[in-house]
Amino acid sequence: MSAPSPAPQLPASLAANPRLSSWVTFTGEGRVAISPGKVEIGQGIVTALAQIAADELDVDVGRIEMIRASTAISPNEGVTSGSLSIQQSGRALRHACAEVRQRFLAAASERLGVDAALLNIDDGEISGPGNVRTSYWELAGDVSLDHDATIGAIAKSIAERAVAGHSAQRVDIPDKVFARPRFIHDLALPGLVHGRVLRPDVPGGRLTALDQDATRAIPGLIAIIRDGGFAGVVADSEAAAKAALKTLRKGAHWSAGQPLPDEDDLAGFLKSQPVETTVIDTKAAATTHKPVKTLRRQYTRPYIAHASIAPSCAIAQWTGDRVHVWTHSQGVYLLRADLAIVLKLPAENIVVEHMEGAGCYGHNAADDVALDAALLAKGAGGRPVRVQWSRHDEMSHAPFGAAMAIEIEADLDADDEIVGWRHVIWSNGHAARPGRAAQPALLAASEIENPYPRMISTNPPAANGGGGDRNSVPLYDLPAWAITSHRLLTMPVRTSALRTLGGQGNVFAIESMLDEIATLRGEDPVAFRLRHLRDERAKDIIRTAARRAAWKPEKRAGIGHGVGFARYKNTGAYCAAIAEIEGADDIRVRRLTLAVDVGEVINPDGVINQIEGGAIQATSWVLKERVRFDRTHITSTSWTDYPILRFSEVPAVDVEIIQRPEIEPVGAGEAAHGPVTAAIANAIYDCLGVRVRDLPFTRDKIIAAMELAS
Amino acid sequence: MSVIEFQLNGTAMAVDIDPDRTLLDVLRGRLGVTSAHFGCGAGECGACHVMVDGRAMTSCDMPMWSVADKDVVTVEGLGTADAPHPLQRAFISEQAMQCGYCVSGILISAAALLKHNLSPTEAEVRTALDRNLCRCGSHNRMVRAVLRAASEMAAS
Repeated sequence: MSAPSPAPQLPASLAANPRLSSWVTFTGEGRVAISPGKVEIGQGIVTALAQIAADELDVDVGRIEMIRASTAISPNEGVTSGSLSIQQSGRALRHACAEVRQRFLAAASERLGVDAALLNIDDGEISGPGNVRTSYWELAGDVSLDHDATIGAIAKSIAERAVAGHSAQRVDIPDKVFARPRFIHDLALPGLVHGRVLRPDVPGGRLTALDQDATRAIPGLIAIIRDGGFAGVVADSEAAAKAALKTLRKGAHWSAGQPLPDEDDLAGFLKSQPVETTVIDTKAAATTHKPVKTLRRQYTRPYIAHASIAPSCAIAQWTGDRVHVWTHSQGVYLLRADLAIVLKLPAENIVVEHMEGAGCYGHNAADDVALDAALLAKGAGGRPVRVQWSRHDEMSHAPFGAAMAIEIEADLDADDEIVGWRHVIWSNGHAARPGRAAQPALLAASEIENPYPRMISTNPPAANGGGGDRNSVPLYDLPAWAITSHRLLTMPVRTSALRTLGGQGNVFAIESMLDEIATLRGEDPVAFRLRHLRDERAKDIIRTAARRAAWKPEKRAGIGHGVGFARYKNTGAYCAAIAEIEGADDIRVRRLTLAVDVGEVINPDGVINQIEGGAIQATSWVLKERVRFDRTHITSTSWTDYPILRFSEVPAVDVEIIQRPEIEPVGAGEAAHGPVTAAIANAIYDCLGVRVRDLPFTRDKIIAAMELAS
Repeated sequence: MSVIEFQLNGTAMAVDIDPDRTLLDVLRGRLGVTSAHFGCGAGECGACHVMVDGRAMTSCDMPMWSVADKDVVTVEGLGTADAPHPLQRAFISEQAMQCGYCVSGILISAAALLKHNLSPTEAEVRTALDRNLCRCGSHNRMVRAVLRAASEMAAS
């Protein structure tokens, strides 16, 4: 294999943060500190990035210390989201480490008097002919990394990589099984005290009056904080903070909240709101086939909760007019930008430092609680204040994944071949993350004395994969289409980014409709898909999943099989899923077989873990999950009211990776959700002969679909 | 306030505390033992599981008075990096987690199972872990890890 040529331009993340020393430093005692701007959220990213660095630097991965992101020291890599960390941080680190290696080889060559081309690096030891040797650490004083990266460095060829491409054990797992503190929830700081925030029972309710007298008598109370409609307590223990909040709640008076939609007619609600309409894509037919019929189908998905196992948590500590915030936010710089607006401070007065939380699966309350902590810590006399949300608040005040209504019209000719395709989406925006607007997105910003308006979710641009429209343009070679997205301009139920944004809903709709048309034609759904694809990687991934699942297994009573496919964002990972289900009124998913192509695979077991986890989480969404509400309250505020898949309900999951080391790697975290959703839907049809088009596929929804069909 | 005596990871403890405070509160607060995690506060997710007299119990809704004279084991008491419990070794071998916030509760449920049943079937493992929620979808890896630990313990 030929050596790769120098990159024509720097990777985007490195171009934005070119200083080499901000990514890599050699510390004493044979250690290497690697400092990415992306954060660990349980996806194993820091391990994959350590592998890339170990490879390019030729050091043992055990020598690498991964530095947690902080606005004090880290490159600014925006937000850890969208399955982009390998693409962005991985490419930047690979290039930065290649250049660092090159600079050290040049210095070693000078010191040892040996041509750099004759030098070899083995676990940080640099050696050459005549038994000359030195090391990164010996040379560290001579080689300044306070230089900007240049385009000249050449990363290793595929054949030279020894670490990336092989399964490596995650660097964070030993701490987690031996209970060594790693989560922000477990961070012990000297003088730590505890805060709790008073939130209304109803979304949008505003605190109008607050009797504080009884609360002042609670033992351990340090302060009651009130700033307009924002109120909370600080106490010397969690128990005291909880007791104080309970008492404070009794003295609180609230305005009525915002009326909520009818949870049983989400499509009716979504289609009746003021919207901003965007034509996502159109394709005109080269020749005009006259349609003889049109299939018109509507698919819906409910609001879905992020429902992290840990309630959101943050710590803040003021020193004069400077504040230090510990957070499990996905974007330390973006959070800092919003904190600066609300706290009316220059950004440099704020340090935002990441610590791990539980998996977040998108934009949950991590950022909100950071502002809560900063506001409460103002009353703590310089002590660090740890604020943790309640389960109730996590399940009612944090943003949800947006509900969607999707209509597809497929024009068919006399042979039931597709000649036209119209896909229309109604949904709230899928992103209201902090740090991207002049207006803050944090919850307390809409509660304080001079409140900011509550941010209405928008959609990322198509170039970033879109939002509600994500994956709405078919990857299939259909002759004509028109894709339209309606984004709601009202937001009675708070929404923001949940894994895949609109991708899960759109893939569910497209893949269900295709399955229906294949059935209408009497054509095998796998063959039908392959016939409509030109992309060879897409075809390969479907064939691989089909082969692995022995498609199509013989028909057995009570068992169904279905297939689903997507390329995430149409630019990311390819994934095909085949579901085996059993069911009558209740559906049980027995087995999911998946194939995935992420291009180059850095950590194969890490990719499999992400695909398995995505498949199981998607099964949970599909079979069980739906944010519940009446016309005033979110009612699914506990695990009893918002059930998720349990151990005894989890399907067997079997994953095959197609490795393509010559192709730039992409992320795996969101690839499985859409295909798995569609595969289960199509398996239900195979099993029961009924198309269920409203998620989740509960007994009620299946019975309703059967009644509609009969 | 009253003094409550109990065993914690093999050490005798005497804690002067409001007897209605929860065990989780006392572990994480007063005693600085942080493996058991708060998840819901209602005994519904299992993140706070600890072993009490050999059984996995939720500690977020367990009042201290009920802990008197009991034997409490947390993950800190299962094993250490130098002397790991077979379950801890197996969770590393199987890379059995994503975020890992639920893991200490799951290790405790699994350890309690293996105390009473050294050769569980896969279905028995799933039943034993059914009170623990995992949101990342690492269930199957965890089940494999528990089975691996069981066979290792049976072989030794």
